[in-house]
Amino acid sequence: MTPPRRIARPALTYVITAVAVIVVWWVTVRATGVKAYLLPPPDLIIMKMWAERASLLKEGAVTAWATVLGFLLSVAVGIPLAMAMTQSRRAYDVGYPLLVGLQTLPKIAVAPLLVVAFGFGLVPKIILVVLVAFFPVVINAIAGFRSVDEDLRNLGRILGFNRIAFFWRIGLPHALPAIFAGLKVAMTLALIGAVVAEFVGSDSGLGYQLLSASASLDSLLSFSALIALTLLGLFLYAAVALLEWIFVASRRTPEPEPVGGY
Amino acid sequence: MASPPASVVLDNVSMRFGGRADVEALRNVSFGFDAGQFVSIVGPSGCGKSTILSLVAGLRMPSSGRVLRAGRPITAPVTSAGMVFQKPVLLDWRTTLGNVMLSAEAHGMERASAEKRARQLLASVGLGGFEAAYPRELSGGMQQRASICRGLIHEPDMLLMDEPFAALDAITRDQISLDLGNMLLERFVSVLFVTHSVPEAVFLSDKIVVMTGRPGQVQRIIDIDLSRPRNLHVRQTSKFGQYVEEILELFMAAGLLRDDNWQSKDK
Repeated sequence: MTPPRRIARPALTYVITAVAVIVVWWVTVRATGVKAYLLPPPDLIIMKMWAERASLLKEGAVTAWATVLGFLLSVAVGIPLAMAMTQSRRAYDVGYPLLVGLQTLPKIAVAPLLVVAFGFGLVPKIILVVLVAFFPVVINAIAGFRSVDEDLRNLGRILGFNRIAFFWRIGLPHALPAIFAGLKVAMTLALIGAVVAEFVGSDSGLGYQLLSASASLDSLLSFSALIALTLLGLFLYAAVALLEWIFVASRRTPEPEPVGGY
Repeated sequence: MASPPASVVLDNVSMRFGGRADVEALRNVSFGFDAGQFVSIVGPSGCGKSTILSLVAGLRMPSSGRVLRAGRPITAPVTSAGMVFQKPVLLDWRTTLGNVMLSAEAHGMERASAEKRARQLLASVGLGGFEAAYPRELSGGMQQRASICRGLIHEPDMLLMDEPFAALDAITRDQISLDLGNMLLERFVSVLFVTHSVPEAVFLSDKIVVMTGRPGQVQRIIDIDLSRPRNLHVRQTSKFGQYVEEILELFMAAGLLRDDNWQSKDK
């Protein structure tokens, strides 16, 4: 039951896996003689990343900011919406087709329209992030709230809980594992949304840096930005997973399968 | 005569469930029980046993007829009662102690003394040492014991149990029946107990309400005159056997049970 060992063992596995990927990559590039502008060897990328660390951090912060803001907005809108849709049959009947419609809309195709409407700043980025991250948050939260069964509701009633007490004491904690499953999916999608928005119309961020580097055939910088994006994604995902571990995973297994991802 | 709080009367109660298929769950059910009595409802699946329980709990209202508690109609969930469901219905993010304390918190009990009581209750059903364990770390029988503790922590005057031992193996079932009997000896609480098991009902009860199939109607009410405390030997006595047989014969007469080799002792 001691947390350190429970964390330490997978962490070691992760490090070994990462090192193995780098080694395989390096060996493949050296053995096949692939041109460095097609697939640079990892050691060169690491050196490039070190040299460009200031700009990577600066652009990374821009992308991270848009991702996190959009993610938080998705949660702030998505969870209450899921609550409303599980509390009221009518809200569900109205909301569900809208949600599915929104999800089937090709959001990446919307990005240029957003730039037209909102310019090059933070706003179109955040809107795109919310558009992609919102759906898994809502769908998983709905699944979580809906898994509160008749017995739990009767328990709440016989204990004399009103709706608010029931929500805080039973409904929300019961739904938390499903909610977190959705948040993890949403966080990875949020980063994709931010990068797409930067591809389409932006003058900053890792997505923009990646695009301009490939335009000038600077594959080392392209790959550096790509790796930086991956690291950022891992970091953001780990942050959500840590929150999950604090609030949920230390207390129960197994975790529910997330729904609503790509 | 002023009725003690937990004296419950069902007066000509009928229950229909609407919806696509109109189901008549209960028809003209009338019976009552006094404070401190252990009353079991036995009958086939779908005879409305659980519906009666939810009516007495105030979780549902009858379609017609009245459910009275201490002479007054029940109009809201009876929060002073304790309830034990077929499944343990423990909150899996709370420890065993935390689950018992949920009921104490809901009833606004003072924390320190409630926690002391909770620990005593858990110890009395053999869960001492498991206070900090989470439900998933407990066996099914242990979970159900914890849920009984949750139902008793606030000293209810009435305990409602809906086939609480149905999912347990035979040995665990016997043990938990004994534990329940002993716990109830120490407190004045009436129990309404729904079960499929005739011997279990006879073993635990002062009174048994035998139901017919759907729509559920009261077929007979049998007073069980066996001394307390009861031990497992009771089940080998002829008196115990007679009660069990009486109920089985009722099931046979109602066509719920068929035994081609059966010869009624009355004939």
